[in-house]
Amino acid sequence: MFLINCPYCGERDQSEFSCGGEAHMVRPKQPTELSDDQWAEYLFMRKNIKGVQFERWNHAHGCRKWFNMVRDTSNDKIHAVYKMGEKPPVE
Amino acid sequence: MTKFRVNKTKHVDQTKTVSFNFDGKSYHGFDGDTLASALLSNGVHLVGRSFKYHRPRGIMSCGSEEPNAICQINENTDLTEPNVRATEIELYEGLKASSQNCWPSVNFDIGGINNFISQFIPAGFYYKTFMWPKSFWKKIYEPLIRWSAGLGKSPTKPDPELYDHKHVHCDVLIIGGGISGIIASKIAAKNNLRTILIEDKNILGGSTIFQKNENYKINNKYSSEWLDDEIAELQKLDNLTIKTRTSLAAYHSYNYLLAKENISDHLPLDKKNGGIRQRLWKIRADKVLVATGAIERPLVFNNNDRPGIMLANSVKKYLDFYGVSCGFNNVIFTNNDSAYETAVSLKEKGISVEIIDIRKKSNSKIVKNAEKLGVKIYWNSTIVNTFGHRKIKSIEIMNLSEDGSNVVGDKNRINCDCLAVSGGWTPMVHMHTQSGGKLDFRENDQTFIPTEIDENHINVGSCNGDFELEEIINNTNKKVKNFLKVSETEFDNTSVLNSKELDKRNIWLLPNYISEGKCKSFIDFQNDSTAKDIKLALREGFKSIEHVKRYTTTGMATDQGKLSNMHALGIIADTAGVKMGTLGTTTFRPPFTPLTFGSIVGRSVGKFFDIIRKTSIHEWHSQNNAKFENVGQWKRPWYYPINDEGLHDAVQRESKAARDSAGILDASTLGKIDIQGTDASEFLNRVYTNAWSKLGIGKCRYGLMLNEDGMVYDDGVTTRLGENHYLMTTTTGGAANVLSKLEDYLQTEWPELDVYLTSVTDHYSTASVCGPNSKKILTKIFPDKDFSDEAFPHMSYQNAKIDEINCRIMRISFTGELSYEINVESKYGKSLWEKCIEVGKEFKITPYGTETMHLLRAEKGFIIVGQDTDGTMTPIDLQMDWIVSKKKYDFIGKRSLYRSDTIREDRKQLVGLLTDDPNEVLEEGAQIVSDVNKKPIEMIGHVTSSYFSPNLNKSIALAVVKSGKKMNGQKLIVPMENKNINVTVSDSVFLDKENKRIYA
Ligand SMILES: [Zn+2]
Repeated sequence: MFLINCPYCGERDQSEFSCGGEAHMVRPKQPTELSDDQWAEYLFMRKNIKGVQFERWNHAHGCRKWFNMVRDTSNDKIHAVYKMGEKPPVE
Repeated sequence: MTKFRVNKTKHVDQTKTVSFNFDGKSYHGFDGDTLASALLSNGVHLVGRSFKYHRPRGIMSCGSEEPNAICQINENTDLTEPNVRATEIELYEGLKASSQNCWPSVNFDIGGINNFISQFIPAGFYYKTFMWPKSFWKKIYEPLIRWSAGLGKSPTKPDPELYDHKHVHCDVLIIGGGISGIIASKIAAKNNLRTILIEDKNILGGSTIFQKNENYKINNKYSSEWLDDEIAELQKLDNLTIKTRTSLAAYHSYNYLLAKENISDHLPLDKKNGGIRQRLWKIRADKVLVATGAIERPLVFNNNDRPGIMLANSVKKYLDFYGVSCGFNNVIFTNNDSAYETAVSLKEKGISVEIIDIRKKSNSKIVKNAEKLGVKIYWNSTIVNTFGHRKIKSIEIMNLSEDGSNVVGDKNRINCDCLAVSGGWTPMVHMHTQSGGKLDFRENDQTFIPTEIDENHINVGSCNGDFELEEIINNTNKKVKNFLKVSETEFDNTSVLNSKELDKRNIWLLPNYISEGKCKSFIDFQNDSTAKDIKLALREGFKSIEHVKRYTTTGMATDQGKLSNMHALGIIADTAGVKMGTLGTTTFRPPFTPLTFGSIVGRSVGKFFDIIRKTSIHEWHSQNNAKFENVGQWKRPWYYPINDEGLHDAVQRESKAARDSAGILDASTLGKIDIQGTDASEFLNRVYTNAWSKLGIGKCRYGLMLNEDGMVYDDGVTTRLGENHYLMTTTTGGAANVLSKLEDYLQTEWPELDVYLTSVTDHYSTASVCGPNSKKILTKIFPDKDFSDEAFPHMSYQNAKIDEINCRIMRISFTGELSYEINVESKYGKSLWEKCIEVGKEFKITPYGTETMHLLRAEKGFIIVGQDTDGTMTPIDLQMDWIVSKKKYDFIGKRSLYRSDTIREDRKQLVGLLTDDPNEVLEEGAQIVSDVNKKPIEMIGHVTSSYFSPNLNKSIALAVVKSGKKMNGQKLIVPMENKNINVTVSDSVFLDKENKRIYA
């Protein structure tokens, strides 16, 4: 059960949050210009890394804000949280 | 006092007699006993039968590792509990316990026959034998196995007791109140840290609390006396919370831990008083110190499972802590020094004891002490057999060969009534590994030791592999100082005297002159798996420890292999010729000891099980005989039977009334989202499939929302209240998900849009009045309002007032009838409803529930998202092409509507179905086929909605069928268990195709 540092509220229990999958998947500005394969790449393909991964999280039972998290999926260490629109920290 | 109670101790009050019942017989023990110590004080060792062979089994240990003494307590009461370990039950007046797994009695049982045919029950027996003939499984094998295995009975009545949850935060949590935990707690609390110490026993002190031996002294005091003083000082510390009878269940990441506190389990039934039985502590700790100690290992030799064969340190605890001697003619079988402490304790009380030691020699102080007391020691020897059916009577020993791989010389028989066994110690690393910690293998004593990885979690004491008193005290002190960043402590200059172990020898499976196939050398006592089983599994090709474990069931009983895992690993390593450290261990999963369901659910039972949402009109529905249906957390009126009307009759009457005159529905549960902002119109354009920019203020529009994959997600009517202000409605069940999906897009994809979303579902109550007389009813409620089609057209909204109450009236229709939805602030919902009923009386206004609503909309072919769709339906599949804007550049899901898969013409598509027999109503979910003769029969679709329509006087259904769009008029078949129903594909709009009724 993680302790997650919401960028707006501070440290809260994981049960207040929900995970929204891989971060920095930018919705194509012109989906209609894409081929089936290109669209499928955006629609279906997610990395699911064992190791450091960038994820979207939502403080669903709190401030309802979405934010990003850098988490190592192999040991659940959270390396960073940052607001939507902010640049991911470089390691 | 019984003859086995040989010693007076301060932990058992021999002036307070406690009577109890075991297997129908009455006994006496004392205040302070456990059920196990009380039974042993009465000379009772035999307490159960083994799982597979039904061999007699006795009490083996004194703690949570106990594999044999598993009881059912307080049978035939509401409070009965199975699978309780006798070693953990504190004795109380009137306790009733019985052995499990021993029908018809512990002394004679039919399953014992398995023992004689045991050579036919090898590892994987159940997998191999009972597989065929297949027909035997259900009727013969399974009942037979279940009946003969019987691991206790669950209570049949509701649990009458209360359970609690408690959330706590602390600086330091210390798990385990033995000597290391006590030292750590004192250091933490004295350094101003909020500290919690939890201990599963009813007192602190671990095994040091009964250690009164010349060879183990701290600051010149017996270690037990030194510890007594420390415990007394602990009680005075303000920062320290001590929780005894509290066992750790789980250690999750980020130092989140669950612990179960037993509050009334040790009290007699009549003193429990309906208070709280157990409390689950949910602890978030800044730092965690694990001091869970170690478990003594048994030794694996032929017939090592007879009653009277126990762990050596447990024999010592029964003697020194409870004052009970487990036998008068004891033999100790060991590979290490610690068992000599047991020998010294026995001998000092004048009780006979001899020692069989597999080592060649040992010159440590404790061994010399035993020799000086006249204890006979058989060095370099092993036990090759044991005798005695219901209790051990004698053993047979032989010498070991030089390398320990074989036995040599003559057999020697020794009589005994108790055999105390010690195979060394296994650190309890369960908590460490549950938290994600890794283990290192230590060769010299073959133990897995925690690898420190986390700055907020350490292990101290014997769970960290420190087994000797001096190491325990000094290393604990050093590690805790470092961990808590403390520069000095009162333990810095503690002088410790202890016997040091110098010689070690370990043999995982002791050799025998009897062939391996004929030996019964048990590893897992509870699941009855033997060394032979493990070797067979290896021969059959199982290599991974996880596979061997499952195939042989070793370590899979209720004790989770606390005594068996290491031996299984050792034997696998020896047999396969690999290093034990390279095998890894099986995974330790929570809970460490079983948890009751009660403690897991806490107060979330009965009406607190889940949140119940009621509309403001709920009370009226109840008073008017409504039957309710759960829709998500909402209670919605399902139908309103009159007298003894059933569902069918009520729905037929309600639907007829709604079409013939007037009906009223509580629509308050529909999700409502208030949307404001200068980009609100643009936002709707992007989330709905149809266009929104040109919707005039005061107008309503139906919208369909897709997922990005093009599949229908939700639907509802949205009203434009102002230039930059909309009110969106969603399905009842989808409200929360729609809001969070919209928030997601707003915050992450389109942060540039000026749009604000607010959930207002609970703010408004809605009465939906429909039917040809609805306009007349509305006119009576709002006499000043012009309800003509010109002044108040279909799909528009207006404000109105009843007295001073503001109302929003939407003229929209989900039934196909002329229909108005009146919205008021929730607090006025019931008054509004009653007003409608009152005014509607002359038109026989009829309240209807969800079932009638479903029927009415089905007559019109309106879909219900989640009933007629299942996350695989596009609007095109639903034949709703009209709602998909061709002009809009983009909306959520647009691109997916022409992926190669979504444009397939043979997708399942929504159609109407009419049964050839108009009285035959199809079952929802029934499969649809076109040809019953071609095998295998191809399923081409299924029925999604089906009703008998009283307005059309025939059965109607909606269904999804492959290529259904092209099938209008085609005959299909719905095969049922006893018959095939002939159906014809039709249009999905059954009633009023011209939409005349909404202008009635
Ligand atoms: Zn937050």
